[in-house]
Formats: sequence, C-alpha cells, structure tokens
Amino acid sequence: MTALPQSTGKKLGLVIDLDICVGCHACVVVCKEWNTSGYGAPLADSDPYGSEPSGAWLNRVHTFEVQPDVGPASIVHFPKSCLHCETAPCVTVCPTGASYKRSEDGIVLVDEDMCIGCGLCAWACPYGAREMDPAEKVMKKCTLCVDRIYNENIPEIDREPACVKTCPANARHFGDFADPDSDVSVMVKERGGIDLMPEQGTKPVNKYLMPRPKTNPLMEVDETFSLADMARENTTGATGLLGWIDRALDRLG
Amino acid sequence: MSADPNLPRALDTNPHVSDEIRQTTCYMCACRCGINVHLRKGADGQPKVRYIEGNRNHPINKGVLCAKGSAGIMQHYSPARLKKPLLRTGERGEGKFKEIEWDEAMSLATNWLSDIRNTDPKKLAFFTGRDQSQSLTGWWAQQFGTPNFAAHGGFCSVNMAAGGIYTFGGAFWEFGSPDWDKTELFMIFGVAEDHDSNPIKMGLSKLKQRGAKIIAVNPIRTAYNAIADEWVGITPGTDGLFILALIHELLKAGKVDLDYLIRYTNAPWLVIDDENSKDHGLFARNKKGEPLVLDRKTGKVVSSKKKGVKPNLKGEATLPSKQKAVPVFELLARKYLNEEYSPESVSEKTGITDSQIKRIAAEIAHAAFEKEIVIDQPWVDMKGEKHDKMIGRPVSFHAMRGISAHSNGFQTCRALHLLQILLGSIDCPGGYRFKPPYPRPVEGQPKPHGGCKPGEPLPGPHLGFLRGPEDLLLEDDNLTPQRIDKAFSWDAPMSSHGLMHMVISNAHARDPYGIDVLFMYMANMSWNSSMNSKGVMKMLSDKDENGEYIIPKIIYSDAYNSEMVAFADLILPDTTYLERHDCISILDRPISEPEALADSIRWPVVEPETQAPGRDVRGFQSVLLDLGYRLGLPGMVNDEGLAKYKDYADYMVNHERKPGIGPLAGWRGKKGEKKGRGEPNPDQLKRYIENGGFFTAEVPEEARYFKHANMAWQNWAVEMGLQDAPIENIFQLYLEPLRKFQLCAEGKAEPQPPDSHRERIKRCFDPLPTWYAPFEGAAIDTDEFPLHALTQRPAAMYHSWGSQNAWLRQIHGENPLYVPGGVCDEAGLKTGDWAWVISHHGKIKVPIARMEAVNGKTLWTWNAIGKRSGAWNLDPDAPEAKKGFLLNHLIKELLPAKEDGMRWSNSDPITGQAAWFDLRVRIEKAENQTGPSQPQFPRQNSPKRSVRTRLGDMLKFGEEWTK
Amino acid sequence: MHPAISVIFFTVMSGAGFGFMAMLGLGASVPDGPMSAFLISGVAGVLAVAGLLASTFHLGHPERALKAFSQWRTSWLSREGVLAVSTLMLFAIYVLIWMATGDRIIVLGLFVALGAAATVFATAMIYAQLKTVPQWNMQQTPLCYLLFAAVSGVLLAASFAPDGTIFGMPGAMLAMMELLMAWAAKVMWWQQAKKATLAASGSTVETATGLGSIGKTRLLERPHTGENYLTKEMIHKIGRKHATKLRLIAMILGCIIPVLICLVVLLLAISNIWLLAAFGFLMAGLFAERWLFFAEAEHSVSLYY
Repeated sequence: MTALPQSTGKKLGLVIDLDICVGCHACVVVCKEWNTSGYGAPLADSDPYGSEPSGAWLNRVHTFEVQPDVGPASIVHFPKSCLHCETAPCVTVCPTGASYKRSEDGIVLVDEDMCIGCGLCAWACPYGAREMDPAEKVMKKCTLCVDRIYNENIPEIDREPACVKTCPANARHFGDFADPDSDVSVMVKERGGIDLMPEQGTKPVNKYLMPRPKTNPLMEVDETFSLADMARENTTGATGLLGWIDRALDRLG
Repeated sequence: MSADPNLPRALDTNPHVSDEIRQTTCYMCACRCGINVHLRKGADGQPKVRYIEGNRNHPINKGVLCAKGSAGIMQHYSPARLKKPLLRTGERGEGKFKEIEWDEAMSLATNWLSDIRNTDPKKLAFFTGRDQSQSLTGWWAQQFGTPNFAAHGGFCSVNMAAGGIYTFGGAFWEFGSPDWDKTELFMIFGVAEDHDSNPIKMGLSKLKQRGAKIIAVNPIRTAYNAIADEWVGITPGTDGLFILALIHELLKAGKVDLDYLIRYTNAPWLVIDDENSKDHGLFARNKKGEPLVLDRKTGKVVSSKKKGVKPNLKGEATLPSKQKAVPVFELLARKYLNEEYSPESVSEKTGITDSQIKRIAAEIAHAAFEKEIVIDQPWVDMKGEKHDKMIGRPVSFHAMRGISAHSNGFQTCRALHLLQILLGSIDCPGGYRFKPPYPRPVEGQPKPHGGCKPGEPLPGPHLGFLRGPEDLLLEDDNLTPQRIDKAFSWDAPMSSHGLMHMVISNAHARDPYGIDVLFMYMANMSWNSSMNSKGVMKMLSDKDENGEYIIPKIIYSDAYNSEMVAFADLILPDTTYLERHDCISILDRPISEPEALADSIRWPVVEPETQAPGRDVRGFQSVLLDLGYRLGLPGMVNDEGLAKYKDYADYMVNHERKPGIGPLAGWRGKKGEKKGRGEPNPDQLKRYIENGGFFTAEVPEEARYFKHANMAWQNWAVEMGLQDAPIENIFQLYLEPLRKFQLCAEGKAEPQPPDSHRERIKRCFDPLPTWYAPFEGAAIDTDEFPLHALTQRPAAMYHSWGSQNAWLRQIHGENPLYVPGGVCDEAGLKTGDWAWVISHHGKIKVPIARMEAVNGKTLWTWNAIGKRSGAWNLDPDAPEAKKGFLLNHLIKELLPAKEDGMRWSNSDPITGQAAWFDLRVRIEKAENQTGPSQPQFPRQNSPKRSVRTRLGDMLKFGEEWTK
Repeated sequence: MHPAISVIFFTVMSGAGFGFMAMLGLGASVPDGPMSAFLISGVAGVLAVAGLLASTFHLGHPERALKAFSQWRTSWLSREGVLAVSTLMLFAIYVLIWMATGDRIIVLGLFVALGAAATVFATAMIYAQLKTVPQWNMQQTPLCYLLFAAVSGVLLAASFAPDGTIFGMPGAMLAMMELLMAWAAKVMWWQQAKKATLAASGSTVETATGLGSIGKTRLLERPHTGENYLTKEMIHKIGRKHATKLRLIAMILGCIIPVLICLVVLLLAISNIWLLAAFGFLMAGLFAERWLFFAEAEHSVSLYY
C-alpha cells in the first residue's frame, strides 16, 4: 500500500486563491473543529491553557511579506494543508502501509490503526502537511474531509471539505482535477494555477492562484482616468469659483 | 507480510455526525451569523456540542463561518467559565471570592440598588459592554431612573454612527453596506477586520469575481488591506484631509451629482451671512420654519418645499430680513476649493503623493459617472414625483474605527459621508445601501434624556441625538454635567452613545459627583476596554480616608473570569451564548440586509446545568428583569405585584414598546400571521426556532433604493412598524446643530459654555466637515514622540474573549509590535528584540517584529491579546501574560495638561468618542533583552473552575465520538 | 532537524553492531572457544539490538513495530527493519554453528557481512532518500554511514583479535587507516553539505509559496504564535560557532584520539585491548557527529517558518 496507485480515477483536491484570502483562519479552525470529532483520533492540544499550548492542526495560514521591485511591500496570506500529491513521497516512505493514496479519488490518508508514529512521512513531506498527534502519537493529516464529501448523513450541498464550505471569502474551491471541465480545472487554466515547490517532483494536486497585480501607487494618472480630461466638458471656458456650475445646472433643466 | 496496495481499506465514509442540529445565532463576535449547532450525546450521557457550522439560509453569513465561530465549542467549554454567584472576600483586584447562592446574590443587589433608587438614582452607574440587548438594558435603566446608562459605543465607534446619522440617517455595518453586487469601485478606510466580519469578506470576494477595484486606506497593509488592488498607506489621523482633497479634486472638475444634491440634500439651502448677528451661519427659514433657497429662474428667495422650485447652488441672496445668505453648496465649494485642500498641500501630512490622490479622485469620478448604472425600476419619491429608472453611481465606501477613533473622527466621518453624497452614491444602485430600519435621520431619533428624580423613571431614553445646545444634559448652572460620563455636556455635546471610557475615571474623581454602585455587564474595564488600564485598576481599588472604596460597590456580570471580575464585589455569572435567550432586535441593532428586514434570536440549545457539574448560572437579561421586579420597577411588575416577565424569553415575546411593537418583528399576531406590527404571539419563539432562529421580510422591489426619499419605502417602513409616519430625510451636508454650538462659543447665543471650551468649540464644531490635527499629537512634542501606534483587530480573535479559547489562543497567543523597517534600522532593532515604547503617559516593554508593508511612521500590534497573569484561568506564565501586551497602558484618558492646568478628555470634542488612535510614541531598544513584557501585575486568582481541566492536561475534544 | 537522542543512539550503535558483525562474518579472528565466540558475537548483537531498540523509543506506537516489516518493496525504513532482523537471525545461526562446531561457515559469514552492510546502507538511505533535506540527500551519506560502521567494527575486531591482526594486517594499523578514511569522507561530506542548501536544491521561500513572480518573499507571521510539531521536529537552528565547535569535538573524540591510541598501540606494541578505549572515543565522537547530522540539516518546511 505504500506503493502509489498507477493512476487514480479522480484527482480530488483544492484550489486556493491567494488573491482573495484575507487570512482570517476560518478554514484553519473549522478544520480542527470538524476533524477533532471525526476521522481517526481527536486532534489533541497539549497544555491547552498553559504556557506552551500546542496542538495538532491539519491546515494552517501563514503570512508572508512580498517586496516587489517597484512599489510598496504587500502581504499575502497563505493557507496550507496536504496537497494530495500524485507522487506523494510521504506514502512511499511509510514502513507499515499506514499511509496510502486512494486509487479511486487520489486522497492521501493515514490508516491510524497501522501507524507506528515513526514520523518519517512528515520528514518526507516538503510542505509540512503532516503533524503527529501529541496525545495519540499517530500521524494526522488533511483527509480532504473524506468523511464529509461522501457522507450521506449530511445534505448533498454540504458534501465538500469543511474548509471550503466555511471560507467567507470564497478563496477555497474543491473539485476533480482529472476532469478538465471541472470548475477547479477551468479556474486553474484561466488563472494559471501553480504548484508549490515543483522542483520537489511531488506533483501536488492542490493548486494555488497567485495574487493579481496591484496598482502601483506611483503610477501616473491613466489617460482614461484623467480628471482634467473629464473636467474639460465641464470647465472649458468657465471662469471663477464653480465656473462650471451654471452650464451644469442648465443641463439639468 | 506485504499487503496489496490496491486492497480497499475499511473506511467509513458515512459516519454519524450528530443526533440533532439546533439553529441559533453566533456570539463569538458582534457579527451575529446564523449557526447550526450539532449536538451529540457526550460521555456523561448529556447532549454535547459536537460541531458548529454556518447556516446556509441565514441572511448574514449564508453558510460561511469565521475562525471565531468555528471555535465556539472551546468558548462554550472554556475552563474560565464562572459557575456560581461570587462575593468578594479579598481586596479588590486580587480575585478572591466565595461562592454564594443566587438568592443571596439577588437580595444583596436588590438592597444595594433599592436604597439608591429611593434616594438618588444617579448614584447608580449602569454601563454595558459588548452585549446586544441595549433596548432591554436601556429600558431597565430608564425605569430605574438613573441618567447614567450607556453601552460601549462611546469607546468603540460613535463617531461613525453619529457622523452618519447626523449627516444622512445611516452609517456602516448595521446601518448600511456597499452594494456588493453592483459597485465598481470600493474604498475601505481604517478597517483590518470588522464587526461586520463575514459579510465584508463575502462582499470583497464578489468584487474580486467581478473585477471591481478595491482601494484600501489604512496605515497597515494586513487583512482586507492586503488583498485590495491598491493600498493607501496613510498617516494615522489624516484621513479627513485625504478625503477633503478628493472632494477638492472632484469639485474642481465639476464631477459631483448636482441633480442628486438638489433633490436629496441641503446643498441649495441658504445660510445666513451676517457676521454679527446671532443667526449668522444658521439656515435662512421662513415663518413655518422651512429652509429657504434661491430660485434660479426668478432669482427670488423661496421655500425649499415649494413644488417645482429649481434652486440655485451658488450666488448671493437677500433675505426678507435684508440679511445676505448663500447656498450651502457655495459655502462648501469655497471651503474645499481652497488651496489648503489641494492634493499638493495635503500630501506631506497624509503621507500620500499628490499624484496618487489625483488618480484616485479620477478613478472615483470615472466609476461614478462613466459607469453609471440604470435599473428599469420605476419609483415615486416623497414629493410625489415619479421616476422611471433608478440611476446608480457605482462607487461605495466602508469605514470603521480607523477613521473614527481619533479626536477629529466625527468630522472625518462626516467628510467621508459628504464625499459619498457629492457623488450621489447614497442608496443608489452600486453605491451605499441602507439596511432596514435605516435610514433613520435625526428627525426620527429621540433626543437624550436626563433629569432624574428619586423613585421615578427617567422621562425618556438616555441616549439620543440632540438638535442643539438646548438639548444638553446640564444642571441648572448650564455647566455641570448631569451624567457621570459627562455625555451631552460641553465636554462632548453630541455624545450619542455616552462615554463609557470616562465613567470609572470620573466616578473616582467624584467629578461631577461620586457614585454608590457601579453595575457593569460584559465590559472588561480593568483591562483592554479602558485607556490607562493600570490607572483604572487603581481607581477601582482606591480607598478614601475612611478606608472605604471610593467606588463603594461594584456589581459585575460576565460569563468568564475576565480581568474585570477581580475588581467586582458581587459577580452574577452569565451563561455562554449557547445556553441563553437573546434577541437581535429591530428595537436595537437588527441583522437586516439592504433588501430585507431581519432579526434573530438566541435560545438555549443546551441547558447550562448539563454542560458541567455544579454549573449554576443565569442569563444576565433574565437576572436583570428579576432584579427589576425585586426593585419594583415600572413595567417589570404586573398588577398582582408579581414579576411581569418570567425571564428574558418571556420579555422577548410579550414586551411591547408601543402597542403591537415588540423586540421581535416576526410572527406577531395571535396566530403568527403578522409581520412588524401585531399583538404578542405566545408561539413566536417556536416559530423563530423552526425558521432557523431568524426572521426576514423582503423589502418591496420599488423600495429597495433611494430609501431616504422613496415613498414605497416610507410606506413599508410604517407598515412594518419601523417608524410611525414618513420621515423626511434631507442629507445634511451643512450641519446646523454644530453651528449653534459655535454661536454659543462666540458669545452670540445661550447657553454659554465655560470659557475654557470656547476656542475648541469654535475651531472643531465647523458645520462643514473639516480637518484639524489630532489633539494628542498637537499637545505633545512630536519630535519627542515622532511615531504613531495603533492596534488592529485580528480576524481570529475577538477582544479579550479569545484568549481563553484553547484553539484561538494557539493562533494568537502573544503579540509582537510590528515596526517599520526604517524605524528598526534607526533604532537598531531586529525581529525578536525587546523594546520600550514610550508615550507621554507611560512606557511598555514589548517584543518587536520588523515589517515593511506599513506606513513608515506607524507601529502596530494585534488588539487585546495581552492578558493579566492569572486571568481567564490561564497559567500565570501564559504567553498572553508574558509576551503579550496592551497598548492601552500608553493611552491616557486625559490629554496632557495645558498651561492653565485644564486636562481634556482624550476624546473627540463633539461626540466624546475615545481617541484611541491618536496615540504618539517613540521606541527604544531595551537594555535588557529578555522578557517578560512590561508592565506586569500581581497574579489574579481564579475562582473555581467550571470543569475539571487541569493546566497541563491534554485536551482531546471529541474523544468520546472517535475512539 | 530535531536531533532526537533515540535516533542518534540507534544509528551510531546499530552501525557499530552491524559493522562488527560484518567483521566477524568476514572472519576476523577471536580467541578460541565457544564462550569467546558467544561473548564477542554477543557484543556485536547487543550493540545492534540496542540500537534497534533505541529506535523504537522514537516511535509513537512501538507495540505496532512489527507492522514496519511489511513495506520493504518501497520503504527504506521497512527495508532497514527487514534487513536488520534477517541479518541478526543469520548471524545468530552463524554464531550457533560456530559455537557448536568451532568452525565458521565462510559462505554464511559472507552473507552476514553482506547483510550487515545492506542494513547499514538501508539505515543511511532512510535519510539519504529524503529530497526534503538536501544535506542528507547525497550519495556520500550512505558512504559515511558504511565507513563509520566499518571503522567501528574494525576497532572492535582489532580489540578482540588474539594476535592483534585482522585479515592478516595489524588491527591498529587497519583501524587507523579506516579512521582516517571514514573521517576524510565525513569531512568531504561536510564540504558537500555546506553547498547542499535548500536554495541549491532549487527550493526557496519563493518556490515554496509561488510568490517569487511578485517579489522577494519573507515570512511575516507564523501560522500560530507558539511552537508546533513541525517547528519542533523539523526546524532546529544552531549557531555556526556552536556547530564548528561540535565538529571539532567530533573530530578530536572520534578521529584524533582514536588514531593516537592506535599509534600508541602500534608503536609501543601494547595490548590491542587498549583499542577498546579508541572505540569508546569513536562512539563519543560519532554521537557528536550524528547530533550535528540532524541538527544542521535543513528541511524544506523551514521555508514556511
């Protein structure tokens, strides 16, 4: 099982839109909340009210500062969870077969009953997508809410990962990347979705959409937006304070 | 031993989720989203909260939920929950208490309060914090008879609310929002994260999808500002100047909506120009009191109400009194076309280049006038004129504390509203949209009420909108404030939300008088909700020469062991938000959206006693009604002398403010067949619960825009009970009440202010939006304190509440001070260093982090992360206490002394809003590069825990349902 | 990477154990008699087993350790387990026959040696396979592991050799040469490792976030303010000064002192049992070397923190 499937029927995963993520951590906490009572052991927190609180989380939002060559520095909020890689190195290093990639949909999971808690999969993952549970000592990771997306006990409309459902900014999208016509595939095509650390050769399924270019504040006044031009119809020939107003009022009738 | 990789795994993709879903309203912040609370049987056999998600049908959040909302479970099961009434045994501040029974607690409170009520009701100061039950608490205080009531608006955002109501009968958030579906250009000022948390995020997402431009004006480029297409890294406190420069540009180019101004605003009204008269600067009116305008066709002065009049916007008129008069529009054009508001002139102060200002002005004009929206929806205005179309100027704005929490905040908020109105973008397609019950102009608002008599209720509601100096709440000397917070006095005449931040300080100084009982709810005044927290802690625990506390009795209600608990004498433990009744009422702050009137409830989705052993807590509102009954307050006792309302739920259903009008608008009438108006329905709450905890009534199509002047809206609002009759709403570009105060200050009208106040009133109470330098910066040496220091609201934390939350405190367990790169280099600081930050009032020691995406003169940190050691039942060495910090210690509630010794409140001179963001500081590398942050305080003791969670335990939430 | 004591113990001790096992399998001479065969082989076995046991302290669920033998087709950790246990079993048979008959079966011995080498190689590959840690992801990594295992084995073999010779060569001489070779390899590894940064492997904050197309990227805020499993496990920062000092200590303890002891043994012709002291120092040096192996290794996750 540590062997990867030759191919998977579906390639389920997420598109994360960095252009709209406001860094609110909604996806982070809902993930914790859903999964602590869901798949496998609870996501434990050690020293929860103490001096060093630290828990297992499957999704975290980092904040980066980016300094372009021209213009002021900007901030990018960066959510990160398991990317469900096609050639997932975390799966092949697993000595017990606890880690596996589902052939039907490509979701990478950990069978916690088989996990010996050696931590090698976390070492093998370039992205930091796996965290050892501090209480149960088994490896925890994003399941793409495998217990939601097929769950007949919840309404069909809600059968998507908890993080996608909750995102107030609609910065997270879930779908099948094997289907070129799926919303996620189209979005990735149109916006040029990218892989994280492509050089690692992991072929992540999850894609990231980059922030759109910002207005450079030092940009000169655009021709089409020149107030002077817009004003000309009003102010040409007019003199004095509010010289334009009589004509403008005349136009109103 | 090798297994087949293709072997299917035993995996249950259909696990049982919950036994039952109950729908209520979130309270992890003030946003009031609808939530589905999934319950499942816990290990003790009692229902336990398994999962909280957004309610897809809810008008506010439409299924989404933020980090705080999803962390509700940890708030609900927080070990900092109080479990029984407490009576202080140690000294104030220590946090030593004994548990008492409710009966004892209630009799104690009744004894303390009944004495006061019968002798001098103003000896009670009753102030509430972030609760959303002000229509009840205000009514209670009114029935009690004390003039001393307000909620936390005075230190939050009264400038925004009052600036908006006075100008156009609305404001942002609960009052109105951008037309997210149609706007083409959106500008957001002074907001990192907001009360209107999820709707703004959903709205921004819509804008992004449509490619509409977002411009963010904020010294700090985090959160919403991070995703904006353009960032304006403005110098704090100069937003007004920036906005007025935009207005300068638009006026110069003639890019304002004259038709709109003539129809809906006082732009054409004539203002008397007679330097020496006592009506100089007031509106010229006829005998009927109707404002006069200058008719363009005839050149005559006529009533603005005259049918078909085509008023001029400029020119000089001679009034029948022979006085000269000028239209408002000309006055404002004269003012803003002055070079002092040109982009070039404001560039240095605002830190924005003139070319950026000019370009943004051009983009605004382009969006407003070149991208005009036309909707084929006929409507009739209040003058009876029919319009076939609704014409929209798709430019919209949102602003909050960043622009309002300055001493020039009222005028700045007014400036922003002026800009919206000049563009014609208030309640038009693509612009700003009112949310029912708004618009509600000053004409539709109560005046403030004072005047208290022993044993009698106050004649009317405490808070309101005064029309002029005649409505001030002063003693007979016309100088001494009636209220303990000095609201509606010369210090802050238009303080429509009161001045909660001055209550403790004034009570301690016995200025204007001492009080006997301080009664507070959900307000962390000894910590993050006060300026000068250390000073407030001292004021709360100071004793007089007889060894008695200067503030003799403090009653406090809170659900959690906050910093304020330690300073109270009697604690009334409140429930969590999942155990209580609440109504988010049209009498208060409902949850409407522009196209629907909406209100909602909370109800006990779990009962407190099932949620932890020995838990004996009561919803504060029910306790308040019980207290009202015990005190015999009118309206709270029935004819038989028994309690009129069993509890808050009973009140929510059966209380009527006016016949047919109660706290909840939905399912009124005997059978629940009526909306808005109707007799109480005993099944009302049941109907709310069946509907997901909320009620909506759609605004009719023809009433959805131009509500300020739309007859269909007015009729519908009357039908729904939002108002009793149509209310004329002329937008007040020129605000006459301000001018009236100036006339008093100029010595031309009565009453007369103290001499000390004259100059300030003359300068700041400009009837046209203006800009003056924030007071703190003007009162100190800016070379000594060259930097600004601000806080930003983190999206994943809400005030102090979040730190007890095991999940949220991992995200924000400590807060560095973010320091611009240039300042770091100058001070020799790098990320991880400790530094002293020094203001005119105090110094704090903090860990710093370098940042570039910030105004070069602005330091900032996250709001309210720092905790007092031992508070919130956290480990005394919690990072919140040792590495977290508050800027509050640097902020004084008073400004530096002037030459005459006079110390002004650090507030807006018009509304009294706390000027948090005027703070000026300098930064120095600390000699000792180790923590903890400073100041530190003696450890607060924790009352008994509500659950048997020991510090250091492993938290494994959901264990019983997994394995 | 977090330098966990259990893993340091595991790699050093089992390396020595299998190294010695290999020497015995290759026919290194020991004093005659079943008891001596038992005791001396026992040293190899105990070292290897102790190392393996130590590794289970690193596991969250050591009771499930047997499951780790299943994935030998893909997992180096599993292979390491399978090889270690097979080699130990083979070695046990080899020793039993030896004790029983007094004869050592050469073919079996060669297989033991081969198994031991393969085990050590597999151990090294657990680390060397990780593209996420460029310093480890080098061909020289298994070479160093093999050489250190070999030199540990040689020193032990030389200590116990009745005539002080192994395979006909003076043990101390062989050990000294091996020591110099192994440490030369390690010094080369250090040189290589210095160059094998994340950046050199092509991974930067910019590729990790994709934000390079916009500009120079740096972390402003960690996702959570406290530490987490990833930061504790994968991000270990040590000062350069500290590292240089430790390297020196590793070299002195693991190379210079053992070499000097070998020289003394050679020149003064004193009992080769003194070489046990050299072995002790080598172990101490290798503990320092192995600590650095982990502590200095940069994981790509650090690009996110």
